Amino acid sequence: MITGAGLLAITRRSGVAAALWAAVAFVGIAGLFVLLQAYFLAVVEVLVYAGAIMVLFLFVIMLLNLREEDLRVVSGARLHAVGALLAAGFLGGLVWTCRRAGLFEEPIRIGEQAGETSNLAVPLFQHFLLPFEIASFLLLAAMVGAVLVTKRRLT
Amino acid sequence: MTIGHLVTLAGILFTIGMLGVLSRRNILIVLLSIELMLNAAALAFVAFAVRHGNLEGQVMVFFAITVAAAEVAVGLAIVIALFRLRVTVDTDKVNLLKQ
Repeated sequence: MITGAGLLAITRRSGVAAALWAAVAFVGIAGLFVLLQAYFLAVVEVLVYAGAIMVLFLFVIMLLNLREEDLRVVSGARLHAVGALLAAGFLGGLVWTCRRAGLFEEPIRIGEQAGETSNLAVPLFQHFLLPFEIASFLLLAAMVGAVLVTKRRLT
Repeated sequence: MTIGHLVTLAGILFTIGMLGVLSRRNILIVLLSIELMLNAAALAFVAFAVRHGNLEGQVMVFFAITVAAAEVAVGLAIVIALFRLRVTVDTDKVNLLKQ
């Protein structure tokens, strides 16, 4: 289901449809996170990806208000062929590596450490405190940068 | 469902994103494909975190999502600035640095 939604997301001609299909894919991934007992990440995934990022995308798509001929751009068949070849090679290599590492015989063991918020907070605020602070500064910088870039003219 | 299946799904998603980046010329779809690739990486991270029974992989995904949010904000800001400048979202027409 996620694969289908992802495929649809990159093949739709209309930007709005593509963004909505991508949102479906993100919600599917959040469901997988729930299955893997990564509850906090599932919630964050829905909030940030399916919520914030999709709203931002749809907002920009509608803001740009593209004409019909802008949407009709497609690359040449040669590029498509190269892309498909690369993709097949990449995927084949990945599956081969997984098979060699015996990952297909290994069932998922869940239960020792579930990704609930309280369990996740311990490593986050003990080992990863500095990256956490850096991430907050990164968000601030991105916010200021985005406002600055979209400003009409700098005085 | 095994770890291998999860990693394969992550690989398929990453491949879809890669194809999107390579074959589409609408810069918005390219950005969207990058998001798909980031999600595939997150899925692989969570799968391996479960396999090894520790939570640090999930912490890493948390940071990845943070960075993705910042990246989308800046990326879309650049798209808007670009559209204002050139009135196009076609990546092949944006070759200002080449001239």
